[in-house]
Amino acid sequence: MLAAVLTLAVPAFAAGLGLAWAARRLPSDEQPLVERIDAILPQTQCAQCGYPGCRPYARAIADGEADINQCPPGGEQTIRELAVLLGRDPVRLDPARGSEPEPRVAFIREDDCIGCARCLPACPVDAIVGAPRYLHTVIEHECTGCELCLEPCPVDCIDLLPVRAPRDVR
Amino acid sequence: MTAPTEGLSRLHGGLRLPSHKARSTANPIREVAVPPRLIMPLGRRPGAAARPLVAPGDRVARGQRIAAGHASVSANVHAGSSGVVTAIRAHPVPGRGGAAEVPCILVDTDGEDRPHPGCRPLPRAVTDDPAALAGAVEAAGILGLGGAAYPTAPKLAEGLGRGLQGLILNGAECEPCISCDDRLMRERAADIVAGARLMLTILGIRECLVAVESDKPEAWQAMKAALADAAEDIRLIQLPTVYPSGGEDQLVKLLTGREVPSGGLPTDVGYLVHNVGTAEAVARLAATGEPLISRVVTMTGEGIAAPGNYRVRLGTPMAAVARAAGGYTEEAACLIMGGPMTGVSLPHDDFPVVGSTNCLLFTRERPAESPEPERPCIRCGECARVCPVRLQPQQLFRHTRPADEEALALLGLDDCIECGCCDLVCPSHIPLTRSFRGAKATLQLKAHERRKAERARQRFEARERRLRERRDAARERQDDVRRQAGADAIREILARRHAGRPDEGSDGDGD
Repeated sequence: MLAAVLTLAVPAFAAGLGLAWAARRLPSDEQPLVERIDAILPQTQCAQCGYPGCRPYARAIADGEADINQCPPGGEQTIRELAVLLGRDPVRLDPARGSEPEPRVAFIREDDCIGCARCLPACPVDAIVGAPRYLHTVIEHECTGCELCLEPCPVDCIDLLPVRAPRDVR
Repeated sequence: MTAPTEGLSRLHGGLRLPSHKARSTANPIREVAVPPRLIMPLGRRPGAAARPLVAPGDRVARGQRIAAGHASVSANVHAGSSGVVTAIRAHPVPGRGGAAEVPCILVDTDGEDRPHPGCRPLPRAVTDDPAALAGAVEAAGILGLGGAAYPTAPKLAEGLGRGLQGLILNGAECEPCISCDDRLMRERAADIVAGARLMLTILGIRECLVAVESDKPEAWQAMKAALADAAEDIRLIQLPTVYPSGGEDQLVKLLTGREVPSGGLPTDVGYLVHNVGTAEAVARLAATGEPLISRVVTMTGEGIAAPGNYRVRLGTPMAAVARAAGGYTEEAACLIMGGPMTGVSLPHDDFPVVGSTNCLLFTRERPAESPEPERPCIRCGECARVCPVRLQPQQLFRHTRPADEEALALLGLDDCIECGCCDLVCPSHIPLTRSFRGAKATLQLKAHERRKAERARQRFEARERRLRERRDAARERQDDVRRQAGADAIREILARRHAGRPDEGSDGDGD
């Protein structure tokens, strides 16, 4: 009787210890949750979710601080994918955050730009080139259309234009 | 005539289609007169278009270079005839995805057809030197004339230094209705062989296979006669008439038994495929110095009065070619560029003939699109039996609505050659090829968006890192000062600063 119990208990205990050690020490195959959430987000870095960028928002979702419906640029699609990843029910986009926008890019009207350089630090992806008292311009294919550069501009010389068809999809 | 069809590999699937070629093969290739206006496209891909070398008002001569190609994606463009450049502007141009507005050079011809003095036969020193010859082919802007119109020079360069075993000349012309290669082989067999020799010189190899389908006995005889005294290892091989044996990868499989890997090129298995028309263009360049300014176009279908093959200057409006071919009949209702299986339907005839215009088909209705309404898939598996790439069209189709990226990638959507065999056999009349084409475009767009998001993420993280480093550096400097002078000193400095600038900060306001 005791022999039988020991025969099962001892290897089971040893295996348990082994697994516990492995779980602690070996790197897991799966990406951390934050990474996987971040991969779903559109990377617009627009901060409309209330967090300063997509990654901070991903962290907030992972920590249970934020709901999954706070990303207007991602829209329904992103909410659906997040819901699948996190095993939750899809919810409506939070209307307080704005509505799902058309993809757009910022464009600086060169005639009106005064070269104040205030839009430069506002850009989350460094897509504006310029220097004080020099003309600024937006790198079209790097701009995410987040609108964060509109607010600091003192002369309102930045427009958001519809995205042109990708140069070469293939 | 002994046809060495034995020893060939078998192609999976495919179809024996009614060829409808007799209509256009009766007469020899006829020349279409130079039209009053030529429309020379600069390339369909924005950012990769050829750069114009002329301005409106400039006089140009036949064969004069009027635009410089962009690396490997667009070739040099040459004036099709002599005349005056009237404008450089967008004009509708046909292509694989349908019509699009593309920048074009418009040339009003003067009727003299004066050749450019630079167009001289290539000297022996050039035709014997692989590098010089490759340069001449590139300069002449020669495109693959099979239908894809990929520039020939970079394609040849791709075969260099890759342990190439042989060159394959594609004269299969498996698609119904098209017969331009057939007629070309009958009439210009010697030129095609000469072109093949020049290509072999560039590639530095000796072996060449010329593939002709068994439904072209006259072309086969002509090629055989031209090859009678061939010193090189140029062999003529007859293919069974099965659509789509003339697809590049399918041809390699048939002739060599080797399968081109998914996403790969024939050069990955040691072969390079060129169309017979391309070989003729290379021979023409060597013999006369004429760059690529014309091609043979099959005009066929119930809608054209005098079907046949015509040599057309590139840039000639399709309407002018149709007039030269006797004009339209009462039955003309639909214009297709290419064959009935893979061609693209065009909304009107105000398009220029381009390098990929192998055939203009004027039909009563589009044959590939059946008028029958689409019914649900019954899982008969007929599409999988005929698929030459051994895909499972019925499975793919299930995942295209809505597009399930992962499943489609797993099922090999990218390997679909859009041959249209599955459409033809489907008893439920499901437009499979069209939905695959749409799904491919959707996936490409999604992949583009993903790449863009990934770049934005990297840039955002790089910026965060930079800001953090800058903050850390500032704090470190502060710490250094603190260590050296003590906290009191800093407080003193700050106090002095506030005192010096009383109007800044809340302290100053209180005074």
